[in-house]
Amino acid sequence: MTSPKKKENHPLLKITGLHIEGQSDDAWIPIVKGVDLTLDRGQVLGLIGESGAGKSTIGLAAMGYAQPGCRITAGEIWFDGVDLRELRRRERRSFRGVRIAYVAQSAAASFNPAHKLIDQFSEIPVEHGVHSRADAEADAIDLFTRLQMPSPETIGYRYPHQVSGGQLQRAMTAMALSCRPDLIIFDEPTTALDVTTQIEVLATIRDIVEQFNTAAIYITHDLAVVAQMADKIIVLRYGEIVEAANTRIMLSDPREDYTKSLWAVRSFKKTAAAPEPEPVPLCKVEHVTAAYGDEPVLHDISFEIHKGHTVAVVGESGSGKSTAARVITGLLPPLKGQVLYKGDPLPPDYRHRTKDQLRQVQMIYQMADTALNPRQHIRDIIGRPLAFYLGMRGAKKEARIRELLDLIELEPDAFIGRLPGELSGGQKQRICIARALAAEPEFIICDEVTSALDQLVAEGILRLLDRLQQELSLAFMFITHDLATVKAIADEVIVMLQGEIVEQGSKISIFSPPHPEYTELLLSSVPEMDPDWLDKTLEERKHLSIKSADQ
Amino acid sequence: MTQPIKTMGESTDAVPPPIRETSRFKNALQELKKAPLTAKFGLLVISAYIFVALFAPLIAPYGESQIVGPEYEPWGHFVLGTDNLGRDMLTRLIYGARNTVGIAFVTTLFAFFIGGSAGIFAAILGGWVDSVFSRIVDILMAIPQLIFALLLLTIFGTSIPVLIGIIAVLDSTRVFRLARAVSQNVVVMDYVEVARLRGERIGWITLREVLPNITAPLVAEFGMRFCFVFLLIAGLSFLGLGLQPPTADWGSMVRDNATLISYGDITPLLPAAAIALLTVGTNFVVDWFLHKTSGLKS
Repeated sequence: MTSPKKKENHPLLKITGLHIEGQSDDAWIPIVKGVDLTLDRGQVLGLIGESGAGKSTIGLAAMGYAQPGCRITAGEIWFDGVDLRELRRRERRSFRGVRIAYVAQSAAASFNPAHKLIDQFSEIPVEHGVHSRADAEADAIDLFTRLQMPSPETIGYRYPHQVSGGQLQRAMTAMALSCRPDLIIFDEPTTALDVTTQIEVLATIRDIVEQFNTAAIYITHDLAVVAQMADKIIVLRYGEIVEAANTRIMLSDPREDYTKSLWAVRSFKKTAAAPEPEPVPLCKVEHVTAAYGDEPVLHDISFEIHKGHTVAVVGESGSGKSTAARVITGLLPPLKGQVLYKGDPLPPDYRHRTKDQLRQVQMIYQMADTALNPRQHIRDIIGRPLAFYLGMRGAKKEARIRELLDLIELEPDAFIGRLPGELSGGQKQRICIARALAAEPEFIICDEVTSALDQLVAEGILRLLDRLQQELSLAFMFITHDLATVKAIADEVIVMLQGEIVEQGSKISIFSPPHPEYTELLLSSVPEMDPDWLDKTLEERKHLSIKSADQ
Repeated sequence: MTQPIKTMGESTDAVPPPIRETSRFKNALQELKKAPLTAKFGLLVISAYIFVALFAPLIAPYGESQIVGPEYEPWGHFVLGTDNLGRDMLTRLIYGARNTVGIAFVTTLFAFFIGGSAGIFAAILGGWVDSVFSRIVDILMAIPQLIFALLLLTIFGTSIPVLIGIIAVLDSTRVFRLARAVSQNVVVMDYVEVARLRGERIGWITLREVLPNITAPLVAEFGMRFCFVFLLIAGLSFLGLGLQPPTADWGSMVRDNATLISYGDITPLLPAAAIALLTVGTNFVVDWFLHKTSGLKS
């Protein structure tokens, strides 16, 4: 690859005055409003901000690309001395994949499920004439080895569904490296992964950047992750740069209020201690074994939830946390064992439960988008449980709906007549909470309620739930994979792995050593804001594995 | 705009611009203005047909089966001439609109009622209900529709209610498949699970949770189905098993006057042209509607 006019001593990537607009109902709305950035070889730039801040749009623009419905209206994108915007489509194409590569958030969605990994890996270098097919395959094995993928010689001959999510993400990173690009854009590469997998992928990405002296743009909303990865950080908001600085300076001494507020999110702590447990637990799960068809998911699970307590259930995806919730709600009748509510057994199938039994256990979902019927107005969504369970009608119902909207801190007049599509993510989740509260339950199951939300918004939801618990002495079963959330809100913690409970107890006892092996792994995998955390953790693990090998 | 009371954390949460609740009529009118030319044309055609069908006795110069002159009169004194029995062609065309379109509309409604409700039930209930319904539909669809309709009409006779019933049942199989498929996408949503867990009955889930979310594809399908039903009735009439004389009907009008084609007269093709025009018009409107509701804005 030779670029037309090469100047020496220029940064690898230099973007100046970038403006991007997006189309919305026949009008063009600015998404990115004048962003400048520079990136040198071997440097990692972290782009952070909340959803809608324009991170991904800028990431794609660094390849001279605008998504359908978007257009770059102004600015220059200099890549290695060439303005990508000036190039013709075909010339620009010769850069993509070869000199600039892109790693998307969801590897599972980015691979074609009908082709083997190696075929998809070879496509780019062969297409661009960088390698022959045989060389590309040999290179794939080399890269898979460097990325520490299991059995690198053969893994490429599997289909995407035959490898795990973390392996797929690494395969995608390998694919991005296939032409040894100068710049890789990572767009939230670990967001969809479990913490224990995330740490491996993070370590891999960092290794790669060092080994090949590649520059990278790392897009994420997770501050702790960006602290490990980036040399310098740019904080974005509403398509503008709020603050840009070296990582260590940014972390220790943020200047802007917005940056400080981002940094402060993780400081939320539950306000009051849990009340003394009553003699009869509100909800008791006794020796429950459950399965989807022939696939066993839960093995002999028992735990108790007391009135006014928050019990956090943590574990990776597939550990059976959500299944436990489905057993309690009656969506999945258990094979063995039973669920007691205030000492009385609940019928295993929700269809056999009375209206009152159904009313007492409410559930809040992860995706507020799909938990609210897009064709029902807020009034109907919150009003239905009131009419259904409590027989409220007319003015009384209307008054109660308004009361509930007040309770979840949304202005009744502004929201009561809206459709869910006219709300933001955080507001939707608040409506879901209001709907659960409308049934006047004592026990609410929260299934990953904050994981689809931005950190600031998520914190707002946690504060709200905490306040509601104080006022209404609710019990929460809080399902999450995010240990920071657990630390913030839990009274008791249950750690699950592969359908079994690894450890359960009060929050203090869970978070203080000694830990069972898995809890230790889980806890140590949660990224911290300290930029040296990744190095330290990897170092510790290496020591441990050497020690255990010695023994 | 009133700002909601927000916690500090909420203030950075992106809010989509609230859609002001202007009157629905105004909205519809605006949409109409933006509609492509084809859709406008389709709407014009459909409204013209509806107008003619509603006011047939007022518009038509003669009675529906009134013999007004000699048979096969050329165009001129009677605007479009007369048919094989000396009835006014224009009058018959106008009344034909009323009969053919009206019956096709009622039939399609029934087909949607039967097929739509069965399809949504099958999706919500799943399990054996779904299997039984689906297999019945498979069996009905395995027999070619026109031949099956001919067979049933021969058995049950050819009165209008029987005709409507038979075609509605046969056509509901197609509606069933569509309704079931689109409902299956909706019943897996969390909000349907919420309704189930609340203890809602199937009626509520069908009408309040599922139906509003599948209206768009069903309406689009309604337009298409209407055309097919319409063609089927015309076809049956042409074969002599549809609407019975002396009721005016476009299908049988083609057959009655078919001899004229040999003499190079296009009169018998006029009813066929009327059918074609309505089909094209309806499809234009359906295309536009599908485009609008599928969310493909660009």
